[in-house]
Amino acid sequence: MAWTREQMAARAAKELEDGFYVNLGIGIPTLVSNYIPDGMSVQLQSENGMLGMGPFPYEGEEDPDLINAGKQTITALPTTSYFTSADSFGMIRGGHINLSILGAMQVAGNGDLANWMIPGKMVKGMGGAMDLVAGVKRVVVVMEHVAKNKDGTESPKLLKACDLPLTGTRVVDLVITDLGVFEIDKKGDGGMKLIELADGVTAEEIRKKTEADYTVALA
Amino acid sequence: MKKVYTDPAAALAGLLRDDMMVMCGGFGLCGIPDELIEAVRLSGAKGLTIVSNNAGIDGVGLGKLLDTRQVRKMISSYVGENKEFARQYLGGELEIEFNPQGTLAERIRAGGAGIPAFFTKTGVGTKVAEGKEVREFDGEHYVMERGLFADLALVHAHTGDTEGNLRFRMTARNFNPMMATAARMTVAQVEHLVRPGEIDPDTIHTPGIFVKRIVEVGAREKRIEQRTTRKRADSTPAAAAGGGTH
Repeated sequence: MAWTREQMAARAAKELEDGFYVNLGIGIPTLVSNYIPDGMSVQLQSENGMLGMGPFPYEGEEDPDLINAGKQTITALPTTSYFTSADSFGMIRGGHINLSILGAMQVAGNGDLANWMIPGKMVKGMGGAMDLVAGVKRVVVVMEHVAKNKDGTESPKLLKACDLPLTGTRVVDLVITDLGVFEIDKKGDGGMKLIELADGVTAEEIRKKTEADYTVALA
Repeated sequence: MKKVYTDPAAALAGLLRDDMMVMCGGFGLCGIPDELIEAVRLSGAKGLTIVSNNAGIDGVGLGKLLDTRQVRKMISSYVGENKEFARQYLGGELEIEFNPQGTLAERIRAGGAGIPAFFTKTGVGTKVAEGKEVREFDGEHYVMERGLFADLALVHAHTGDTEGNLRFRMTARNFNPMMATAARMTVAQVEHLVRPGEIDPDTIHTPGIFVKRIVEVGAREKRIEQRTTRKRADSTPAAAAGGGTH
């Protein structure tokens, strides 16, 4: 047993607070928007130049001039504003966005993050990921606990040190995997702490599937 | 001075030469100066360095200039959507300089504002910072990035007037306004060309000083890269749309 993608998204949504401005990455992070509690005001930022992102349009109402950073058609809300890419990353780099939730290939115990390139494979680019992790106050990673290799083996993704090229150094505050939740003291020397177990997951299973050093501080 | 030209080829006449640096507005296929790109294709100018967040898709947008091998180098943040791009890149025929998206946007903004370099937190401790000056300010590390200034900028706007004042629409704004400021020569294509005074001065996004030539291309069909919709009965909450980092 472990958390499903939906359960991981629901857990990530607990990091939201009323009045937050939030940037969500592609994949599981996108699902987080389905779990914003009723009555909580959260504005989603799309780094291509929009704050207050609405739902996908109804069929026939797509507008080619209105897309999100994943290039998907979306809609506006009464709260929406549009701006340039420079203004967009000004609000990101300037620390005005409260929370960034994104995926990762690897995270190290000190908060280092790798999620943009695998040497030897076609590099597509980092997009806005480096700016987001460097500039947003709180960075939450949502990812599978281990990588499944083609030969059926598994490789840990929570490591002592990332071996893939970094997206940012000491940038991750919280990691939510299908097995549990880890807190990282990215500014200090407190390291990584296991704070929650997913349903039906034991601390022993996590120990086996984690390379990074961590302490256990389950509630 | 007359800024209005009758068609994209006329708007670029005398401006294109081999090996020049060209900025190209747009995010994905949203807000790209497609008709001007087509005119660059027809001109045959080659060895181009293109500054653009993305590289179009196969046969569309900048994909057209890749098909004809007119591009020598791309300065971009994400190029994932283009098979011909991947082929040329892996074959060593095409050079790419990846910039973090916000660093790219700021390099262009700085270039247009006469700022030769700036310091940013983005990319410190990564490949992006290799070979660049890193400095400490108030206890944090920042990497120096250079402003970008091109020979030519091609931008797309929704509305423009004959003085070159521009208004963009929704997320088609993206990189277009900064790029309009960051080149020796800026050519704008607009869907609607109007007389001076018809755009409320309070709502002009790009003042005409930055735009040297302007051409009306009409409200033509625009391509959508990822058509994503929801069903009528869908009770998805109001904020439930996807994100991304591209």
